Amino acid sequence: MNWFVTILNFIATQILNVPAYLIGIVAAIGLIALRRSVGQVIAGALKAAMGYLILGAGATVVVGALTPFGNLIFKVSGAHGVVPTNEVITAQASTQYGATSAYIIVLGFIVMLMLARFTPLKYVFLTGHHMVFMSTLLAVVLSVGFGSDHGLLVVIAGSVLMGVIMVVMPAFAQPFMNRLTGADQLAIGHFNTLGYIMSGAIGTAVGKKSKSTEDLTFPDSLRFLRDSMVSTTMLMIVLYLVFAVWGAIKLPFADLMKIFAGSSGTPTVTLGAYFMAAFAQALQFGIGVAIILYGVRIILGELVPAFQGIAERVVPGAKPALDIPIVFPFGPNSALIGFLSSFVGGLATLALIAVWFGPAWGVALILPGMVPHFFDGGGAGVFGNATGGRRGAVVGGFINGIMITMLPAWLLTVMGSLGLANSTFGDADFGWFGSVTGEISKVGPTGGSLLMLLMAVVLVASAWVYQVRLVARGWVPGKARAEWLATQKKQATPA
Amino acid sequence: MKIVCVCGMGIGTSILLKMNTEKAAAKLGIDADVTAADISSARGSAQGCDLILTSQELATELDGASVPVVVINNFMDVGEIETKLQSTTGR
Repeated sequence: MNWFVTILNFIATQILNVPAYLIGIVAAIGLIALRRSVGQVIAGALKAAMGYLILGAGATVVVGALTPFGNLIFKVSGAHGVVPTNEVITAQASTQYGATSAYIIVLGFIVMLMLARFTPLKYVFLTGHHMVFMSTLLAVVLSVGFGSDHGLLVVIAGSVLMGVIMVVMPAFAQPFMNRLTGADQLAIGHFNTLGYIMSGAIGTAVGKKSKSTEDLTFPDSLRFLRDSMVSTTMLMIVLYLVFAVWGAIKLPFADLMKIFAGSSGTPTVTLGAYFMAAFAQALQFGIGVAIILYGVRIILGELVPAFQGIAERVVPGAKPALDIPIVFPFGPNSALIGFLSSFVGGLATLALIAVWFGPAWGVALILPGMVPHFFDGGGAGVFGNATGGRRGAVVGGFINGIMITMLPAWLLTVMGSLGLANSTFGDADFGWFGSVTGEISKVGPTGGSLLMLLMAVVLVASAWVYQVRLVARGWVPGKARAEWLATQKKQATPA
Repeated sequence: MKIVCVCGMGIGTSILLKMNTEKAAAKLGIDADVTAADISSARGSAQGCDLILTSQELATELDGASVPVVVINNFMDVGEIETKLQSTTGR
């Protein structure tokens, strides 16, 4: 009997607990379900596993660049500086929580399919990287809250919560999507949905008589911001140099030279070398993110088709809940305006935290992340414009910027030692859902899981009612403005 | 033929476009090797491929690429991709 136990033990610790191999197995199962050839299954499984390892390699590069930066921020401001970048925190969490998050993503997907099949909430969440982020977030927050002895409970609770949130958020956003697209075919599957709903709601309040952003002409020179590797790295260069200058003014020379000492431990020798080291580390951050994204792309290339194939068979005719860029074509100007407005909102909130909240309550300094503000702010701008024109886009984007600066700060408090990392999850839903789940889990394994079950039931029930009473009956927000626009058009074009 | 599907970061919409392009190609009987890429590396990836598929707003960024760039308006519409593939490859 002993050899049997040894084999099971081997499988459990050396294979099922190694995230890369687990992801490979998940991909293999998915490809088998799609009836792919043996060669394709093996290739797909190997690729997915390697994609995960590439992600890990990228994490090492980013952490190498972020650690001295965080150190510098702490030395000059006494605050904990954080650059919210989903890919980075996921990669950082992957060694410790990767296996758990792999189980959560698979079981959560099944929970989602069950909900889509047996309730009126027929949405299939297809944004692979957000599924990866949410499963990692829940794995971290629940493991920290429940403790490391409750692995099974973490997986069960995480899967239920993940399945629920993937079905419920698209439902709540659907009326705003319908106003935006003019039809009822697409849903939004992106975990900044709270920001989008708020922006759409704000648009109805402030922009009843505001013209659309698309009537404006925009300078083409801002187009380069669309390239996220460029814009992220440029922003990091600015941030690193700003703090480097601050450090040069404030810190004694010997301490300053140690900051970018690098892995060999030799401190920089001159001020010039110090600044160039800061610049080099900013670039390292950029390339680290690029490596992580490459790994994510490979994994998703294998997983998403499997997920979609299975979903099509279990819930035919369900609405695909897609990544936020699908709304950008409905309002390219509003996406840019929303991004800029969100960025300004983020900076304003950061100033508030630095001056008041940080010193007073130890709130972390959430530095503006280019990618969150671009996609979340852009999306908020589009939703805001749909219901409230220019005013809606600007105000909606601004409020989004505030949200994605404050919510991550709250989230850090429930992430245990990862809350001390220099990165975290950037989008609004990760912020509120992660924090709420984390707070509830502090109650303890039994009480906490019961409360979470209650939360899940409440979310599904309210989404159910919302879907049946509002969405299915064709309620679309912003009617007053739509009517105003129609009369404007009639006046402009005399019969 | 080699097709590259391009989106902003290469992990969201391009994967969906890649999936649906594979479906469309299969329907048309085209033997296609489809990959997803982000806009930064798209030009590089474009070197070894025959066709680039992307959205309206990113198409302008790829101006001057050595291969044809075809705009897909609805990434989830396999029919649209099929039609556009047909007209580009003449099948």
